[in-house]
Amino acid sequence: MTDLSSLQSLETEVLAAVEGASDEASLEAVRVGALGKKGSVSEKMKTLGTMDPEQRKTFGPALNALRDRVAEALASRKAALADAALEARLASEKLDVSLPVRESALETGRIHPVSQVTEELVAIFSAMGFSVAEGPDIETDELNFTKLNFPVGHPAREMHDTFFLPQKEDGSRLLLRTHTSPVQIRAMEAGEPPIRVIAPGRTYRFDMDQTHTPMFHQLEGLVIDRQANMSHLKWVLEEFLKTFFEVPSVELRFRPSFFPFTEPSMEVDVRCRKLPNEIRIGEGDDWLEILGCGMVHPNVLRNVGLDPDEWQGFAWGVGIDRVAMLKYGMPDLRDLFGADARWLAHYGFRPLDFPTLAGGLSS
Amino acid sequence: MKFSLSWLKEHLSGDADLTLVADTLTRIGLEVEHIEDKAGDLSQFVVGHILEASRHPNADKLQVCRVDVGRSEPLQVVCGAPNAQAGLKVVFAAPGTVIPASGVKLGASEIRGVPSAGMLCSGRELGLSEESDGILELPESAPVGKPFAPVIGLDDPVIEIAVTPNRSDCFGVHGVARDLAAAEIGELKDHAAKAVPGAYPCPVKVRFDFGDTRPLSSFFGLRMVRGVKNGPSPEWLQRKLKAIGQKPINALVDVTNYLTYDRGRPLHVFDAAKVTGDLVVRRGRAGESLVALDGKSYALDETMCVIADDSGVESLAGIMGGASTGCDEGTTDVLIESALWDELAIARTGRALNIHSDARHRFERGVDPAFALPGLELATQLILDICGGEASEITSAGEVPDRDLIIDFPVSEVRRLTGLAVTPAEVKAPLSLLGFWVSGQGETLKVAVPSWRPDVSLKADLVEEVVRIIGLDRLQATPLPAAEAVGGEKLSPVQRRARVARRTLAARGMVEAVTWSFVSHASAEAFGGGGAELQLANPIAADLSDMRPSLLPGLLAAIQRNADRGSSDVAMFEVGQTFLGDRPQDQRMSAAGLRRGTAKARGAGRHWGEQALPVDAFDAKGDAMAALAALGLSASSVQIAQGSAPGWFHPGRSAALQLGPKVILGAFGELHPRTLKSLGVDGPVVGFELTLDALPAPKSKGTKAKPPFDGSSLQPLSRDFAFLADLATPAAELIRAAQAADRKLVTRVDLFDRYEGPGVPEGKVSLALAVTLQPREKTLTDAEIEELSGRIVANVEKATGATLRG
Repeated sequence: MTDLSSLQSLETEVLAAVEGASDEASLEAVRVGALGKKGSVSEKMKTLGTMDPEQRKTFGPALNALRDRVAEALASRKAALADAALEARLASEKLDVSLPVRESALETGRIHPVSQVTEELVAIFSAMGFSVAEGPDIETDELNFTKLNFPVGHPAREMHDTFFLPQKEDGSRLLLRTHTSPVQIRAMEAGEPPIRVIAPGRTYRFDMDQTHTPMFHQLEGLVIDRQANMSHLKWVLEEFLKTFFEVPSVELRFRPSFFPFTEPSMEVDVRCRKLPNEIRIGEGDDWLEILGCGMVHPNVLRNVGLDPDEWQGFAWGVGIDRVAMLKYGMPDLRDLFGADARWLAHYGFRPLDFPTLAGGLSS
Repeated sequence: MKFSLSWLKEHLSGDADLTLVADTLTRIGLEVEHIEDKAGDLSQFVVGHILEASRHPNADKLQVCRVDVGRSEPLQVVCGAPNAQAGLKVVFAAPGTVIPASGVKLGASEIRGVPSAGMLCSGRELGLSEESDGILELPESAPVGKPFAPVIGLDDPVIEIAVTPNRSDCFGVHGVARDLAAAEIGELKDHAAKAVPGAYPCPVKVRFDFGDTRPLSSFFGLRMVRGVKNGPSPEWLQRKLKAIGQKPINALVDVTNYLTYDRGRPLHVFDAAKVTGDLVVRRGRAGESLVALDGKSYALDETMCVIADDSGVESLAGIMGGASTGCDEGTTDVLIESALWDELAIARTGRALNIHSDARHRFERGVDPAFALPGLELATQLILDICGGEASEITSAGEVPDRDLIIDFPVSEVRRLTGLAVTPAEVKAPLSLLGFWVSGQGETLKVAVPSWRPDVSLKADLVEEVVRIIGLDRLQATPLPAAEAVGGEKLSPVQRRARVARRTLAARGMVEAVTWSFVSHASAEAFGGGGAELQLANPIAADLSDMRPSLLPGLLAAIQRNADRGSSDVAMFEVGQTFLGDRPQDQRMSAAGLRRGTAKARGAGRHWGEQALPVDAFDAKGDAMAALAALGLSASSVQIAQGSAPGWFHPGRSAALQLGPKVILGAFGELHPRTLKSLGVDGPVVGFELTLDALPAPKSKGTKAKPPFDGSSLQPLSRDFAFLADLATPAAELIRAAQAADRKLVTRVDLFDRYEGPGVPEGKVSLALAVTLQPREKTLTDAEIEELSGRIVANVEKATGATLRG
């Protein structure tokens, strides 16, 4: 006999069983016991067919609702049990996340300061329209000296303590370039003016003490056209030094000097503040000699077939190692070539620290 | 070049003080290197007068002095010097003064219970002498309370300037004064030489004998002064020489040294009694030698100019005199020489004999030819004044050359080269004051160059003269007009490759080194170099003698130095030049790297998460392939030529990297143990080296567009195959053969397992490949997959002799 109160008690019984199921297996047993083919709720559903229409009208919706509520309770209980099981698994899966991971190669790799600073200089001068020129380290006397207006046998040659290669059968001997200036000659011989080039590279002089190494790096600059003069030179150098040292302004002092390949020739000092472990460019009351420059000597122009009354221009040379040391506070030149991995890790630059004008030369 | 301020003032009128002189010198290009200003440095030390000296109550060796230092009351000063006594004038330092010798700042003190208001100083404490026998005693006339330094003649600062090689005229004080006068801080005093009449013909004659060779002298003037009394030179002369660090010798010699510095005119004096016959100026002869005034014997040859008499060579012309005819206290008749020498010959001789004399320094840079005779007259007069005697007439050989150079100088040239707008007057004034003779009105001037400025011959030289005097501080920075709106590419292909290689290797955790371009001869030989044409004639050190044929020896030495310091896990690279020969095209841009210990790309040293394995050839291969990939060469295009690496690699654990048989890109592998041993490097070390110039030039494609993307919507599938191959068969051949089975459908072959050992026959290895198949137009049917798998197996078996494992 089916009446509504028996449905009520069936529901109470089944829901209690759902609630009481402690794992997915017992919950499944409850489901089969209630909603399975021969389950208690299913059996009730079967009785609907034996009822008269009036009774069915009452019991049909009631039974359907009962079945839905049981199904819902089962689903909800199932989800709760799954949640609990996941929680229990997670609780057992704890890592000691304080364990160290390996440093990224991007963190341990380093670019040498000389390479980095060379790229900084190239970034600056390429923005001013200079191309990067090159020449060999092993040069001829002709290009390193003679065409640069160092007369044969002149004491000016002794300003450069030159490394020589062995004498050849014809009496000539090659040398290691003492400056990057021979690239001036190569650039002027290779192309027609107007010329704007820089030439960074290795240079060599027979000298080894606290402030000299037998190998060092220079950057040569050359402008040849029909009007480039010393006022332009001053502007180029000011822009260069200001941008390179990343300061709002620099003050330069030009002093007359002598280089065989320029006339007039000048040494350039920059205003700075000398601190115990650092030199600050662009402030202070001290002066620091930073580079040499001048107007390209008429004889040099003639030596490459240019008429000095028609063409003119200027050149400068700056020590890359020196400005690198100044900017980044490296105290000893010799360390640059010591290849001490600790020094390189300290003063070197990260692989992705690309110097650009838009993004800042240094990070 | 050194001189004292008072010496300068003998040639420069006006009241310019030390600061103005020094600043002006630097401003006009005579850079001041050092100023020794004892009076300035010691201005805090004043004259004190000891009024009373009594025994210190608590110490036998100390005295308590009452000292008048010019203040209202005398001060009480405790002093330990034995010579401290009442009445003495002494040097007093007040508290706060820094003692030069010790660098210590003096404080007010109490010595053994007695207050002391300062200190009485010894010469040693003041840095004036080495001895310390008591406090410095000043003359009685010393003014109490005033700085003591002027009292003992320390008030003449000594200035040292750097004279550039072009300015031979400034190797004499007179020339320096002329430059300063041009800068208008005083006027040049003339001091023109007056001719000294000769009383008799010079008994010693001189002649040139250069035969048909190039003469090494243009003029040689000689005169005798007989009856001189040689001895110490007068105090004024000695003081001048001492001030600039020259040792006075005797009056005759000191006069020549004085004129060397005062006028830049080197002279030589012979003791006439020691000269035999007449003088001949000629080239030296092989086999001849001379004992010079420095006591050393020099071997001569025909490139050198000498002065000889009947008994042989007596002087190395223009560089140093001979010992046997030198003047000493016994000299009574002196021969004075004033000559002009060939500059190149002087320079060459000086270099060859390694003599650095003041005379050489001046003659090789070029002395004022027109001053040869005036210099001789000045020397004669000085010798007569100091040593007495009677001068002969001047005898000479050759002629003083006259340069007679006049430059047409458009005033506009100054603006053209400097950008400075100057008036003709601004051009004329400094040039005239420098001794140039300027004439003409209007735009183009005629400028005659004085005899003492051999460095000036062009318009540009005159521009420099004008702007250095009127002041480079007038230069205004003017923007250089842009050559182009937005710049194009500025680097050459090899420069770009060097950059890419550098960043790539650093990104693999390696640190970049810059090592010397030269290595030891043994290292060069060990790496395929060491040829005679690349050995420096004058290496700075024995182990830096040969231009490097490879970056590896320098890097190996570097990692060994790091290992010796305790860093044994090092990954280091260098991108730089190497040398195959001495021609420009023999210079290469190389990139090389080394790894040692456990310094792998994913990290060095032991780690809790993985075993720390030693580096092997594959780490070096990874570096090389990464660099090549970054440079645009895919792994599949590079051939790994096993057994073809250079001999400094381990023969079985290395390979050359090639593009075809001709293009050798480089090599990688383990370094040969014998090579490491010969260089004293503890192995194993792995590494690679690439020649960046060897890479093919990038093809210009005419477009920057990339090929269309081929992204199939069909699922790729993967099939695994395990092969048994001979151990000698390169695994890469299996991969290549699998790939070649169907170039369209096989998109990837991964070798995911390699095994040799139990279960695999001796001499064989099991290699497992995962082949990725990418269906194109439609999914593959089982039959098609089966057929393709069959082709893959057949291809591998055919190409390599490997068999599919059952």
